[in-house]
Amino acid sequence: MRKVAIVGTGHTPFTFAAEKSSVELFSEAAMDAINESHLKSKDVQAMYVGNVLGDFSEGQAMVQSYCADDIGAFHIPSTRFEGACASSSLAIRDAFIWVASGFYDIVLAGGVETAAKMGTPLATRTFAMAHDSHYEYPIGLTFPGFFAMLAHLYCSKYSVPLEKLKEQMALVSVQSHRYGVHNAFAQFHKEIAVEDVLKGFMVCSPLQLLDCCPFSDGAAAVILTSEEKAKELTDKPVYIIGIGQSSSGKLSAQKDYAPRIRAREVSVKQAYDMAGIKPEDVDLCELHDCFSIASIISAESLGFAEFGKGGELWQKGETKIGGTIPINISGGLKSKGHPIGATGASQVFEIVHQMRGHVEPERQVEGVNIGLTDTLGGDGVLCNMVLQKGW
Amino acid sequence: MDYKLTFKEFNKALKRGKLLGLKCRDCGKFTCPPKMACQECGSTNLDIAELNGSGKVVTFTVSYVPSEGREAEAPYTIVMVELDEGPWLMGNLTDIDPNKVTMDVIDRSVKLGLRSKVLPGDTYSIGGKEAEGGFARPTFVFA
Repeated sequence: MRKVAIVGTGHTPFTFAAEKSSVELFSEAAMDAINESHLKSKDVQAMYVGNVLGDFSEGQAMVQSYCADDIGAFHIPSTRFEGACASSSLAIRDAFIWVASGFYDIVLAGGVETAAKMGTPLATRTFAMAHDSHYEYPIGLTFPGFFAMLAHLYCSKYSVPLEKLKEQMALVSVQSHRYGVHNAFAQFHKEIAVEDVLKGFMVCSPLQLLDCCPFSDGAAAVILTSEEKAKELTDKPVYIIGIGQSSSGKLSAQKDYAPRIRAREVSVKQAYDMAGIKPEDVDLCELHDCFSIASIISAESLGFAEFGKGGELWQKGETKIGGTIPINISGGLKSKGHPIGATGASQVFEIVHQMRGHVEPERQVEGVNIGLTDTLGGDGVLCNMVLQKGW
Repeated sequence: MDYKLTFKEFNKALKRGKLLGLKCRDCGKFTCPPKMACQECGSTNLDIAELNGSGKVVTFTVSYVPSEGREAEAPYTIVMVELDEGPWLMGNLTDIDPNKVTMDVIDRSVKLGLRSKVLPGDTYSIGGKEAEGGFARPTFVFA
């Protein structure tokens, strides 16, 4: 298996309802990634594009093929990845495997979504398509509902008073907004306080408005190449040194582990083992904070805290710049935004730019050598990647 | 391999107040809702079994922001119930005002009500023959 590097990146702003189409957004991110890699569209041998709901938001299926044609990568194989909110992580992971195998040398991978365009009722409906449509959606399950149930279960399983958990959850959102203010690509540029979170309207008890990430539009893309090709193209390659992916059943089928998402533990172990690292070796983590409680649950399964104690990381400031494990210095899904098909690629983009020292000075983490991404789709499609600075 | 207990059969029975699941001939444990393979051991050596519909609440939420087309339902209470036979089953809890539901419902004993609520389905879900007459929603009341 060959070493695989990320040599170029692209990222549109993440926004409320976009005035561009999915093809336009993805093409912008894709061309930025191609240009940054000092390549031409015709050099791209294959494209892997995460997209979940283009069929509903724009009446546009098969976006991957139109994107390839749009950027002038005529007739290359282009494949769409659908793993709900983890779609573009799945795309990048597969791109990694194909380049590592030697089948391709240069692959473009990323994702795009225009979820905000749909408006809240239709977006809520279509996001809920990533629940079990026959056994759990009819009951009224929505995404906030799923994580709301995990939050209450968290309290009961770990004997954490709800008030205490709510405060910790609020701190997660507060930190995300604090860093998101400085991220030029972020949907929100606004600081919030714990009181703001605790007085927001109730979405699904105990989750209030500011416990929840927004619906967002945007795209992100990266170019992956073989190590040999990377050396020709850049003096700052970022290597993908570990990958993991796993799947889950509906929430009721996760009874033996909930509120843990067992699939995450399976996935991240694959990634850590492949990279030959442990959680304490991670310098920077971008994790899937679709809801405040989701961050706490994720941090525990990634190995950054004991089960039932993840919230203390935020309370003690360990997740900030200078803490033991800086988390979501991009602003995370909460403040940066969550165009679901693009989110995983955006996480990879962030880590590459942090390693290169290319982010805004107010949120630059110094000395990032190892970065971890964590993306969760639906009830439990998990994908993790370990990235290493290559210079 | 034929599916032992399909959604269609499960759904039809639930509408009549009967909760069906699967009992594994290899490990003796129950799977509900039904699947191709045993939830516990993955065996496909399964028999259809009737479950008693009783259990206790393990978690819940009260939902105030519904999906498109379901605005009239909100607020509503969703519970996850650990059934006496072991499986977890999601359902609605109907005999308490959603605005009064607190952490106290966790561990409360519940049982399936006499009649399941039914979701007729919408543009995206109504096409399937398997869901003719709508989707039964396990509907729990305090035991």
